[in-house]
Amino acid sequence: MTTLIINGESRSVEASPDTPLLYVLRDELGLNAAKYGCGLGQCGACTVIVDGKAVFSCVTPVTVLEGRAVTTLEGLGSHDAPGPMQLAFIAEQAAQCGYCIPGMMMRAQALLNRDPHATDEAIRAELQPHLCRCGTHMRILRAIRRAADEMRPKAEEAGTGR
Amino acid sequence: MTQTISRRSALAGAGALIVALRLSGTHAQTETGTGSGPSKHGLPGSLDDTPRIDAWIRIDASGAASILTGKAELGQGLKTALLQVAAEELKLPLGRLSLVTADTARTPNEGYTAASHSIQDSGTAIRHAAAQARELLKDEAARRFGVPANALQVRNGQVFGVDGKRISYGELVRDQLLSVDATPTSRLTSPADFTVMSQPVPRVDIPAKVTGGVAYVQDMRPDGMLHARVVRPPSYGATLRDCDTSPVEKMRGVVKVIRDGNFLGVIAEREWTAVQAMRTLAATTTWIERQELPDEVDLPAALMNLPSRDTTIHDTGSPGNPGILVEGTFSRPYLTHGSIGPACALAQFADQKLTVWTHTQGVFFLRDAIAGMLRMPAENVRCVHAEGAGCYGHNGADDAAADAAMLALAVPGRPVRVQLMREQEHAWDPFGPGMVVKLKATVGADGAISDWHHEVWSQSHMMRPGPPGTLIAARLKSDAAPPAPPVALAQPEGGGDRNAVPLYAIANCKVISHFLPDMPLRGSSMRSLGGYLNVLSIESVLDELAVRSGQDPVAFRLRHIEDPRARDVIEAAASRFGWTARVKSSESTGFGFGFGRYKNLEAWCAVAVEIEIPRLSGVVGIRRVVAAVDTGQIVNPDGVRNQIEGGILQAASWTLFERVTFDRTRVTSVDWSAYPIMRFDSVPESVEVHLVDRPGDAFYGVAEAAQGPTGAALANAIRDATGVRLHQLPLTPARIRKAIAR
Repeated sequence: MTTLIINGESRSVEASPDTPLLYVLRDELGLNAAKYGCGLGQCGACTVIVDGKAVFSCVTPVTVLEGRAVTTLEGLGSHDAPGPMQLAFIAEQAAQCGYCIPGMMMRAQALLNRDPHATDEAIRAELQPHLCRCGTHMRILRAIRRAADEMRPKAEEAGTGR
Repeated sequence: MTQTISRRSALAGAGALIVALRLSGTHAQTETGTGSGPSKHGLPGSLDDTPRIDAWIRIDASGAASILTGKAELGQGLKTALLQVAAEELKLPLGRLSLVTADTARTPNEGYTAASHSIQDSGTAIRHAAAQARELLKDEAARRFGVPANALQVRNGQVFGVDGKRISYGELVRDQLLSVDATPTSRLTSPADFTVMSQPVPRVDIPAKVTGGVAYVQDMRPDGMLHARVVRPPSYGATLRDCDTSPVEKMRGVVKVIRDGNFLGVIAEREWTAVQAMRTLAATTTWIERQELPDEVDLPAALMNLPSRDTTIHDTGSPGNPGILVEGTFSRPYLTHGSIGPACALAQFADQKLTVWTHTQGVFFLRDAIAGMLRMPAENVRCVHAEGAGCYGHNGADDAAADAAMLALAVPGRPVRVQLMREQEHAWDPFGPGMVVKLKATVGADGAISDWHHEVWSQSHMMRPGPPGTLIAARLKSDAAPPAPPVALAQPEGGGDRNAVPLYAIANCKVISHFLPDMPLRGSSMRSLGGYLNVLSIESVLDELAVRSGQDPVAFRLRHIEDPRARDVIEAAASRFGWTARVKSSESTGFGFGFGRYKNLEAWCAVAVEIEIPRLSGVVGIRRVVAAVDTGQIVNPDGVRNQIEGGILQAASWTLFERVTFDRTRVTSVDWSAYPIMRFDSVPESVEVHLVDRPGDAFYGVAEAAQGPTGAALANAIRDATGVRLHQLPLTPARIRKAIAR
């Protein structure tokens, strides 16, 4: 039994300690956003945030996550109450098949949390571990730019900005 | 011999009709698997195959409408576009409509969701069915009000009379009202009155996809579901030598190990257990392998040396005219579809009936193939489309569905979910075939093209189900299906020879298609089929002829093309790009242009690019891309832009990075490090797409239109930047450095 903090809630999971987080999220906790893409940390489709950092959930065993804060895309908002990152992707229609998108959004969220003033160059560089096969890259970049612009005033109000 | 005009060739217009008639008598297999015979009912789009209006449109007592389509959402925005078409003609708010996509038990059979045909096949059918349904409802209101129908108005799902009377669709609809066959003509809404069509309506599927909703077949979790994995052989012809299933059977949580001939699978309570069991089973299994793959080092020669069936698909004038000669042998390697989500399917076998949830492009053909594989009556198999990751053609979707079917039979009653591993998806993909184009052309003293000779070599681009032998599981199981025969898609749409006939006015022009019945590597349909390499080759030679004869490449194209719509997109792309005023910012800058009309029948697309190639690195940096596209009547302008933008980036990735690698036995490019695709450091600085609007025109397929023109524009820009012409794809930094140094 491992205890994980998922989107702010403490969850006990039965999976064996070597189970990658991805399978626990999807199969045990019923969270759909993180996706299996390669199981090798090469595509980014499985990305979630752990203690503020973007990690590949497909290669992170749950045993190293005991007591650490895991945020998935479901933690950024819901279908009925989307968060700023989700609203930005909807506004820019930044998806085709959409399978890679949750992972992209999580890495972008981690970047903007630590640097609300991230430049376009920094956003591009940050997304290097992520693959999109539909060629939606231009829209993804625009959506993250939009999310940054939306989120920055709030971040500064909260005193986390520069 | 009696000549029949098929629906497809009739669409093509006079020029292509000549080619179609010349080839009639051969089996005219189309890429969608429909529309090849003569028109059955004289009805538009897929209504010709399924004429009943209530096969497409159903209205319930609340006045809400269900729209049914035999096509599938592949991430291309199909659902939203079809709902727009239906809402516009039904005069119902979008929110009152729901859509049922491809399902053998519920929807019309529209063949494969392929060949950029969905809007013209299904969109046309739904538009006419919806318009006729609206008129039937209006006629019913007229009958009840006792007034002529032309005295009534329809809006917002209600019919209004002159005296303030009104009645809703829900009140009007009664049994059998829409259970009638469509008629050939409809009262279609004029483009001037559109409120939903031609608008950038947001995609209906995006909110769930960006919030973790149930959006894909991968996300389905029916009660009692088991997880499965397959163990694929290490190479195509491998046969099982020895397999010890006992260690896996003893693993906690493993429900069953399945061995049937060379087919191996494991079923477990949990997904991670299934993955571990698969690995253990693979480690305890040995195979007999054969060296049967060609030498990858000289793939073009290997392909050209294969036996071929040769057809002259175009022949005008006589060759041998003097002038400046340009020739080149262009080639592309095998390419993988590369879905980010490996293929997945669910299947459940209960009461002798099998249900399969699949992201196949053709539920009806897959149903027949699975029924054939399992020797079950087709009526006992139901295939239901559920979205997967983008496929860009025939990828592993059908194979995963067949795997799920095989495994579900072993655990009756329980739903079984199987997903391929990344290395299985990469190794066993029905690749976009490796191809060769030899092109030789001459520009005369008058500056006009005087000779053109194009030959193309390719295996089949159409190995989809139907025949059970197209499914990996059917080939591996003990009573294996025979290998599926190679299918040559006929002109005018073509397969490997798609777009091989140049659209330019060339007096002396010959085009030969060498169809290779052998399939050295497994191959099938991948976005634009042969159109990508044929357009890239044609546009490269055209560019070279212009440069060698001292003419501007865009002016040279315009000089040789009469089609006004082709001229419009070429001129639009050139002017938005600022082609005539272009100035190189450094000696490593390159400008390139490419044009094509997809299949010579569908959307027109022109692409201009500006690149930068530092001499030392040979790395292509794409500064800006400007495209212009004419897709006829636009249903959703943002949807068209999204498809063209995506096509540009994907084609840039094919052109600059991609190559399936193999040794004499195995495919070796089995992950993203061995098969690199475009990452963010190579994404263009800007991409602009300009739409040429044609209100009231027909729909022309657009989703594959950017592939050839983008590849061509990049190849021409590299020539412009470096002074050397590259012919062998991909155009990698190593090849560019080598060419510069020569």
